[in-house]
Parts: sequence; C-alpha cells; structure tokens
Amino acid sequence: MSDQAWETLSNQAVAASGVVYFLALLAHLVQWSVLRKLPVSVGAQSAPAAAADASGGVAVVTGPATHTHTAEPRDDEQRIELFGRLGLLLTGIAGLAHALALVARGMAADPNRVPWGNMYEFTVSGTFVVTVTYLVLYRRFALAWMAPIVTFLVPSLLMAAVIWLHKPVTPLMDALESPWLVIHVVSAVIATGAFTVGGIASVLYLVQDRRLRKGEVSDRGYLARVPGPAVLDRIAYRLHAFAFPVWTFAVLITGPIWAHQAWSTYWNWDPKEVWAFITWVVYAAYLHARSTAGWKGRNAAILALVGLATLWYSFIGVNFFSTTSQHSYAAPAVVVTPEAR
Amino acid sequence: MSTPPRPSLPDGHAGGTAEDLSAGPAGTSGAPRRPGELTPRELLRWLWRQLTSMRTALVLLLLLALAAVPGSVVPQEGVDSLKTSNWKEEHPDLTPIYERLGLFDVYDSPWFAAIYLLLFVSLVGCIIPRLGVYWRALRAQPPAAPRNLTRLPDSTAYRTDASADEVLARAREVLRGRRYRLRRTDPAGPGADAVSAERGHLREAGNLVFHLSLLVVLVGFAMGGLLGYRGGVIVIVGDSFSNGLTSYDDFAPGDLFDETDMEPFCFTVEDFSAEWVMSGPGQGTARGFRAPISYREDCAGTDASEAKSYDLRVNHPLSIGDTDVFLIGHGYAPVVTIRDGEGNVAAGGPRVFLPQSQDFFSFGVIKAPDAKPGQIALEGLFYPTFANIDGDPVNIMGDDKNPLLSMSVYTGDIGLDNGSAQSVYALDKTGTEQVMKADGKPFRLDIAPGQTVRLPDGLGSVTFERVVPWTRLQISQTPGMKLALGGVVLALVGLLGSLFIRPRRVWVRARADGAGTLVEVAGLDRSGGGDVAAELAEVVAALRGTDDTTARGGSGPSRAADPDAAQATPEATGTNEEDA
Repeated sequence: MSDQAWETLSNQAVAASGVVYFLALLAHLVQWSVLRKLPVSVGAQSAPAAAADASGGVAVVTGPATHTHTAEPRDDEQRIELFGRLGLLLTGIAGLAHALALVARGMAADPNRVPWGNMYEFTVSGTFVVTVTYLVLYRRFALAWMAPIVTFLVPSLLMAAVIWLHKPVTPLMDALESPWLVIHVVSAVIATGAFTVGGIASVLYLVQDRRLRKGEVSDRGYLARVPGPAVLDRIAYRLHAFAFPVWTFAVLITGPIWAHQAWSTYWNWDPKEVWAFITWVVYAAYLHARSTAGWKGRNAAILALVGLATLWYSFIGVNFFSTTSQHSYAAPAVVVTPEAR
Repeated sequence: MSTPPRPSLPDGHAGGTAEDLSAGPAGTSGAPRRPGELTPRELLRWLWRQLTSMRTALVLLLLLALAAVPGSVVPQEGVDSLKTSNWKEEHPDLTPIYERLGLFDVYDSPWFAAIYLLLFVSLVGCIIPRLGVYWRALRAQPPAAPRNLTRLPDSTAYRTDASADEVLARAREVLRGRRYRLRRTDPAGPGADAVSAERGHLREAGNLVFHLSLLVVLVGFAMGGLLGYRGGVIVIVGDSFSNGLTSYDDFAPGDLFDETDMEPFCFTVEDFSAEWVMSGPGQGTARGFRAPISYREDCAGTDASEAKSYDLRVNHPLSIGDTDVFLIGHGYAPVVTIRDGEGNVAAGGPRVFLPQSQDFFSFGVIKAPDAKPGQIALEGLFYPTFANIDGDPVNIMGDDKNPLLSMSVYTGDIGLDNGSAQSVYALDKTGTEQVMKADGKPFRLDIAPGQTVRLPDGLGSVTFERVVPWTRLQISQTPGMKLALGGVVLALVGLLGSLFIRPRRVWVRARADGAGTLVEVAGLDRSGGGDVAAELAEVVAALRGTDDTTARGGSGPSRAADPDAAQATPEATGTNEEDA
C-alpha cells in the first residue's frame, strides 16, 4: 500500500469509528431509556443491595433479573440486556477501527513512525486510551453506568480533532526524531486517558454526593443506577492513583531527559512544561486532599476536576494561546533569534 | 479577636499553655490573660503546627500551581528575551507594574520562591516527625487482636472440625506465606487464642522516600540554576570556537557560577547540511540537520589533547566533560567583498544574516568603516531561493537554490568611529545618507553569487562571492542534573510504593465451640484504599483449603481465589455471617 492509501485508510477508519461509537451511544441510550422506567431493584439483581456500601465495587449490572413477577418487565429486561450488550459490542468494534486508524496513520508516514507526531494524532491516541481504559475496566469496576458518557465523549473529541486539528501526514521534525517520542508521549497519552476516565467518575461523584445531600432518593432514573459516592470515589481514586505516577514519569522524568537532548535545557519553564507541572501539582493536591479531613470527598473531587481542566489546557490550550511554546509543533524548522552582539 | 482591645500586657509575661486558645479561663499565673493571647513561644509553636499541617500544605500546593500560571502567559526573560522586550515595547503602561511584581521572571521571583520554600519547610516539618513514628512502628509488634473481631467492618467467621491450635498454626503459616509479620505471643498468656498479623509497612516508607526525594530534586535543580551556565553562539561553517566567556554571543550564568569551571575545549564546525523536503506534505521544511565538528577536549597550553570528530545533530548533543554542545539553529552567511574607491578591500568574509521567517528569508548588515573616500554600509535582505513572480521578488524556500542579495547602500558616518558598542546586525543610520542613483531614486544592489556591482559616486564595488551556512549552538553546563533526575526517579519509586502497597492487619482467632472450633477472621485496611475484603476472602480460603468440611455458602475457595470476583461480590464482608 502506498503512503497515500494508508493515510486515506486512516481517515476513513477515524470516520468509521466515530460512526460506530455513535451507534454504540444510541444503543446505550435505548438501554438506559428502558432502565429509566424501572425501579433500581429490577434489572440489577446480580448487584447486591450493599453495592453502594464502602466495600464493594459494583453498582449496576444490567444482566437479567432472576426473579421478576410480571411479563412486562421481563420484556424490558431483555431489551435492556440486548441493547447493553450491543452497545458494548459496538464500542469494541469502534475501538478496533480506532486502533486501525492509528496504525494506518503511522504507516502513512515516510519513514513509518508512531502516530502521535502532532495534536490531531495525539487526540486520536488519547481518545483511544480512554476507550481502552473503559473497556478494560468495564467488568472490574462494573462501569456500565459510564457507557453513555464514554460513547458520547470519545466520538465528540474525535469529531473535534477531525474538524479543528486535522493535518495531513508529514515527516517528523528533527526534534521529534528520538526514541523518547515513543516513551514520553505514550506515557503522557496513557495518563491523559486514565485521568479523563477518572475525571468522569469524579464528576458523577459530585452529582451523586449532591443528590444524596439533598435527600433525593428516587429509585428510578439514571442516577439511581450510578454507584454511590463511596464507590465512585474509590474508582476515581484508583484511576488517578494509576495515572499520577505515569504522569510523573512522562512529565518529570522522560520530559526533562528529552528536553535536555533536544533543547539543551532539561527544564526551561516552557508554557507546556509549566502547565504539565501545574497539572502535576494539582493532582498531587488531589491525592493529599483525599486523605485530609475537611478536604476529602467533595473538595477532593473538585480538585480532581481542576486537575483535569489543567491537563486538557496543557494539552490543547497551550498550543493555541501561547506562541512561544517549543511544544507547538505547528511550526517546523528552527527559528533563530540570537541576541544582539 | 472577639474582645475589645485592652492595655497590652508587659513583655515576658508568663502564661499558661498554648491550649488556652479558646475562650476558656485565662492563664493560671498572676496577670489575667486575654482570650487568644499567646506567649511568643506558644505563638511559634502554633505557627509551626499550622505550617506543617496537611491543610497548609494543600493550600501551598494550590498556591504553587496558581503562581506558576503567569509565567505561561507573560513572556519570560529567561525563556525568550526577545519576545519579552517586544512585549515590553508594546505595553509601556503595564511594564513597570509587571517588572515590580517580577512577572517577567516568575520562576526566579521572591514570591514564587517563598511559596515553594514554605512548601518544602512544611514538607520537612511533616516528614521528620513521621520518620520517628515510622522507625518505632517498624520495630513494634503487630497489635493484639481486638476482643470482638466480628465487630470490625471486615470480618467473617466459620466453624471447623480442626482444633484451635491446628487452625492457629495454619493461620501463622498462611499469613507468613502472604508476607505478613506476626505478633509474638506467649503460648500460655492472654491473646494466645489469636494470631495478629500486619503487612505493608513499605507504604509509609514509600511515602517518606517520595517526599524526601523532592528535596533531592530541589537541591539538584538549585545546583543547575546557581552553578551552571548557558550560552549561545553563532559559528559560521569553517570557523572555530574556543570555550571562554568572551566567545559567546549571549551568556547566562548562574549566580554562583565560577569562570574557572569552564572546560577548556575548542572545536571547529566543519560543515552543515540539511535535507529539504521538495514535494509532498511538509514541502519546504527541512530536517536531518547535521553539523560535523572536530573538537579537542583541552585546547589550553601545550598538552592539548588530540582532535576528535563528532556528528552534531538535533537530539544528539556533544558532551565534553560536564558541558554539552547542542545544535539549535542555522542560517546563511553571504560572503561579500567590498572594495573601496581606491581599489582596496575594505570588508570581506562571511557575514551572518538572521532569518526573518521559516523560509530563511534573512536580514543583515555589512559595514566597511575603513573604506575610502567614504565609509560604506550595506543593509538588506537575503533570498535563499529567489524568484521574480510578476515583478515581485519572492523567496520560494529555505534551501539556497538561487541565492540573491538585495541591499541598500549607505555612506557617511556609519557609527563605528565613536567607539561605542554597535550591533553587527543593525545599522545606526543617524550619520549616514543613502546612496542614490543618478535619477534620484535609492540605489539598490541585487546581486547573485559571482557577480560584482560598481557603486555610484566612485565609492567602490561590491562582490557577492558565495554563501556559507552558519550554525547556532547552545553550550551549557548543568551541574546537579543527574542528581535532580535521580531524585525524581527515587520519588517515583516511593510514589509507587505509597500508592500501591496496601498496609493491612489481619487477625485470626480460634476457640473451641461445642464439638468444633469457631474461627473468626477480621481485617483492617489502613490505607483508605479499601478492598481488604478480597484479601480476607483469600486468607479464609487458604485457611480452609485443607479442612473444608463445613463449607458454608458465600465464600468458597474458587471464588475467593479470584480477587476481582471477590471484590465484585462483597458478600463475605460487611455481613458477619456467624454472629449477625
């Protein structure tokens, strides 16, 4: 295959995965619209009532109920199960297309390279990590409740990437020609994906926390099936606790090593570095807050979301709002501005 | 203060303890104390306690994040001085305020330093006492089993036919196998009916290592900033550079930098090449920059070391001792010879022109102060690949495919005679007049390599010989870099420990109960991470693995063997099966 054909394939695969993600979203919406009408006790039999207590990791399981009494809910349950599985299957297929898009993107370059040389590619990689994180943890953390959010978020980000960030495949600029491109960016992408999924859990934590505080205890609707605050808090913490060391590795170890090789200074307070540092500090504060009286719970979750905002800003905002950044790879070649002699 | 002001008490007033901060009775000694009043010592202790509290540390962390923001918005002197001076020119009103606030140098400013130094003081104040606590905890025995194990949130119980002693022996074996530390108990004394076990001490060790490593990073970072230097120099291909303060175009030393630390190397840039992308995406950009250089590690004195060669590329700096040489830019230097009106060579050799844009459309100045009868200065533009498109001069790309110099000519006092320093990249036109053609329009040289143009008014002639590339090199010495890097790596290791090691306590109590033995197992998670239930299920499964005679529903070995399954079905926990 020619490079051009690979590039076309990649573009088509991104489009296809976006469409399939959207179909998955539709399937999940059908699933949840049926679930909405039923009380929580139905359609969640395999989730114990104690799910919301502090020790479990499960809240919503959309499998079939074992003992229901009327025919109608049974019908609904079948639809719930059908569409739930369909959504998951479609998400998996979309994920495969997504992976294909990345591979093809790498093959399209001459010489072949890793598919994260610019922001478009980084976004496509980052959203892929979100999908993979979600799918891998789906069973372990019982993330059925996250399905509509992920299948909405990922295609939206992909669409934004295609519309605003898309660039044809170009050879890498010299500064990027380094093994650190693989190590540094992979770890940054993984951390970004995991932080994002963790952020979703934190948002829902805040929503649930507020709902419980207000004493809304409806047993119907979407929120009734989202796990309780304690479980969400733990899921969020686990994801953040995973992402934080990876982020540390990306920002404070591989970043400086590479920066020293490419730009001669291991830490130059370049805007991207500044914001990566800010992100690191905020997430460090989150981890501390979670174990500090008066900060745990709500404030910690807010900190996690502040961290997520700084993370996304350091990824996208810096490139748009700061022209000096050495990380803004829109401008190739080296510009020289020597001081006056 | 809630109380109205009263006459202040004399200094040295002996007061009670710091605890009467609240509106309780005043100090016990003679003079009455106002509520909230502290002796200096108490005040210090109170301040220290506040400073080292987690809450303060959190606020300082967030302040640090906030304080770092301006540096990414306002151009920084240390990052891009050109951009900073441009910004200052554009914002004459804000500049004095920003300068006073140190906003052009955020990361070296006193207030930024104040935040991170306070943070580190807070950190040390928090960590040092914890070192002692940890040291004692390391040597302490796991605590004895609570009287009522089933009251713990994570507990379970079962009945077995094995004797209590057998169960406890098995429990010791199982827990030791799971790398628990066991409490030594007197076989006859109290607590002999239970096994107490604890594991995960390394979590706190990781935590301490993480925080102490940050100090190492700070020291390494400070060393780089204080003792190191960073200099930039433009070296024309074929020219040599010898390391010394005067050789640099710009030089940024640390506050404690010592000139004698500079290593006495020298090098010659032999060549420079770049691959230009001529078609397809990325057309007109360059990559594969390559500057072969030959260098000697010690050029001083007679015992100069032998010459070595190195292929300097982006991402491949040359390390000479502790100093690194980086290729960070390139450009063109037209070789121009100016002959004056008397036929003598008044200026010659390559002159560095500075790129104005990505396509290496460059600007430069050539001065010939010794020319007679009048001084000559040329100012103008260099097109690496010139093209005339519909009468407009256009530069096609950065490669020097069709070089052209287009310059204006000035004569008169070109500003080099009064001895004041002059930039070689700019021409002071105050004492000059532009050379005109006979028809009164400005005279303009447009010459390609090999061409010579005679100047009007018998001033002389200009010959454009050829073009040579120049390289911009950054040379820096960063002591403490490896220390900082090692600190971060150590911090990461500690971080992993503090995040993923789960400190836990497990107790197993067995006592005869009717025909069989009642076994109670309880666990306590000390990390806040929480899934002690799975651990407990595994322990119970292992305990019962050999004598599974009275299996009860809920936590069979097969399920408990899979931590995820056990976690997803927390039936064995929270519900005290036996004593509910």
